[in-house]
Amino acid sequence: MTRLLAKMEVDRRLVGLAVVLLVIWIGFDIASGGRFITPRNIFNLSVQTASVAVMACGMVLIIVTRHIDLSVGAMLGVLAMIMGVVQTDFLPQFLEYNHPMTWIITLLVGLIIGAAIGGVQGLAVGYLGVPAFIVTLGGLLVWRGAAWWVTQGRTVAPLDHNFMLLGGGIEGTIGATWSWIVAAVAIVAIIYAAIMERRRRLSFQFPVKPIWAEYTNTIIKAGLVLVAIITLNAYHLPERAAERILEDRGLPVTPENLMISHGIPIPLLIVALVAIVLTIVAKRTRFGRYVFAMGGNPQAAELAGINVKRMTVAVFALMGVLCAISAAISSARLQSAGNDLGTLDELRVIAAVVIGGTSLAGGVGTIYGALIGALVMQSLQSGMALLGVDTSLQSIVIGLVLVLAVFSDKYFHRRYSDPTS
Amino acid sequence: MNDIKTGQNPLVEMRDIHISFGGVKAVDGVSIDLYPGEVVGVLGHNGAGKSTLIKVLSGAYKADTGQIIVDGHEAKIENARDARDNNIETIYQNLALADNLDAAQNLFLGREIVDKLGFLDDAAMEHKAREVLHRLNPNFHKFTSPVSALSGGQRQSVAIARALLFEARVLIMDEPCAALGVHETRMVGELIAQLKRDGLGILLISHDLHDVFDLSDRLHVMKNGKLVGTVPTKDVTHDDVLGMIILGKMPEHLMHLAGPGATNAPNKEALE
Repeated sequence: MTRLLAKMEVDRRLVGLAVVLLVIWIGFDIASGGRFITPRNIFNLSVQTASVAVMACGMVLIIVTRHIDLSVGAMLGVLAMIMGVVQTDFLPQFLEYNHPMTWIITLLVGLIIGAAIGGVQGLAVGYLGVPAFIVTLGGLLVWRGAAWWVTQGRTVAPLDHNFMLLGGGIEGTIGATWSWIVAAVAIVAIIYAAIMERRRRLSFQFPVKPIWAEYTNTIIKAGLVLVAIITLNAYHLPERAAERILEDRGLPVTPENLMISHGIPIPLLIVALVAIVLTIVAKRTRFGRYVFAMGGNPQAAELAGINVKRMTVAVFALMGVLCAISAAISSARLQSAGNDLGTLDELRVIAAVVIGGTSLAGGVGTIYGALIGALVMQSLQSGMALLGVDTSLQSIVIGLVLVLAVFSDKYFHRRYSDPTS
Repeated sequence: MNDIKTGQNPLVEMRDIHISFGGVKAVDGVSIDLYPGEVVGVLGHNGAGKSTLIKVLSGAYKADTGQIIVDGHEAKIENARDARDNNIETIYQNLALADNLDAAQNLFLGREIVDKLGFLDDAAMEHKAREVLHRLNPNFHKFTSPVSALSGGQRQSVAIARALLFEARVLIMDEPCAALGVHETRMVGELIAQLKRDGLGILLISHDLHDVFDLSDRLHVMKNGKLVGTVPTKDVTHDDVLGMIILGKMPEHLMHLAGPGATNAPNKEALE
């Protein structure tokens, strides 16, 4: 089995994680009498995971460079408040309500301030040499306090209509047709990437995977995309909402017409976009290569002429940008911005990243691992909520799972990794 | 200075280098040179000043006074980049490799090959890495494993290949055989012999004479920040060199090659 996976060049850790996730899902499904693995629950799960998943992508890079960011939850809070005020109090002075530019300007303001906040923390870490743990622990207090100051604690609502689409919800999805188009594009991209990679290796006469492994890999990836889209499209809008839409479009209300699919929720689309972009950044750009080099051996990176200080600022600024995206998703989902938004998110994000196989010692980590880690965490939480488990007990279980995950990873890694490979 | 090499310019010459730290003269008026296709050992106890001297050449320290002459022209070396621009590469004792990256990624760290769109061209880098490493070490096959999975000798191969890729003409190796097994040490020895045939000049820094004696053509020996002397390896025995390292005493028959750090003390002092 191990050799089979090696031939297919599949990350063993990824397979382990996927198995864990599957066990959790099937376990909850059985325990809840078939209520967990349903289109509706999967849809909700994806929306609930989105905010933490986006931040987890950035946290991978932070932890790979041997740093940590404890302030992401607080940054999310202050950025959500700022974006809330921009769209409900500031912009309406110049633009009419629900103007199509409102959400774009709001998001841009959030992204810029997010980059600035993250960049300042990066400056303190990179140039002043204050440990990231301390800088961001301070940041946690500062930005959470700042979140309160933005409106003196008042919750901001209602948010801009278009902005709220970023949070999912009944209208915040792209519908069946577009979902199929996204799926088709994704599958074509997967096949194209596999062919190009193989051609390139062959052109240099490098060893390549056996062709059956190539097919299996591609079929599994494409199959996962298909299953995901079929599931999301199988979740239909509630009858009332469907009726309203049909009336808007002037279509007759028949039982077939009432079956309107949700399709891909916009937050999930954002997560996919962030994850793809950051994976490309991590694997195919100088920036990403330097991030990993810094984590592997900071001295070597410095000797190779890499500006480690500037890189540190950039990585923290990127984290700030992702916090702004997460802030938009979570405030849009709740349809309001409160100053306690994102509380304890830093722990969820770090847990997701660590469960996803990123080493706290630096140098090792993957974006897709962090995504699955986030999904594992959220699945546990949602599943227990579905079963009516007390919140206090939920925390206990999740805490134990985190420790267990890191332990088993260390144990299996030591036991099954061939020291010569 | 060296009768074997007359008529040829040295690759690198360090003239009358002085450097002190808070009143302590770490290097005190030392001059050394290195010719193409030559392996020169720089020997001395810990604290003799050999590492400091070499760091001046690799750009890690700046000399208080003194000249560095590369290919007959005075060179300004103030940082590692300047050194690299003068085709001087240093392979540090702790091996400046990022353990989590593979051989090709390490080879090109800081000078990656990118495609038209600015994305890393890993295939092209791996191709070049295979070429360079194959020339150095035909048994090297682990191109896609992180270098942490490589043996000490293989890691040295990667570090040396990295220097070669950057068209090094002067290679400084700090304790190249420290922490290597017998087989690995022999491997590094073969590598050095090959680089020598290719016309590189190699400076081997070591406190252990056995590491460098068989590899070197000449030896610069330092003690207390001064050069004891420079001797052709074929004209001296281990004991002669030990005497230079420990006592700062030139062997009798080579007294004319003595540097400012050599003692004039007669032989009997060595017997005590």
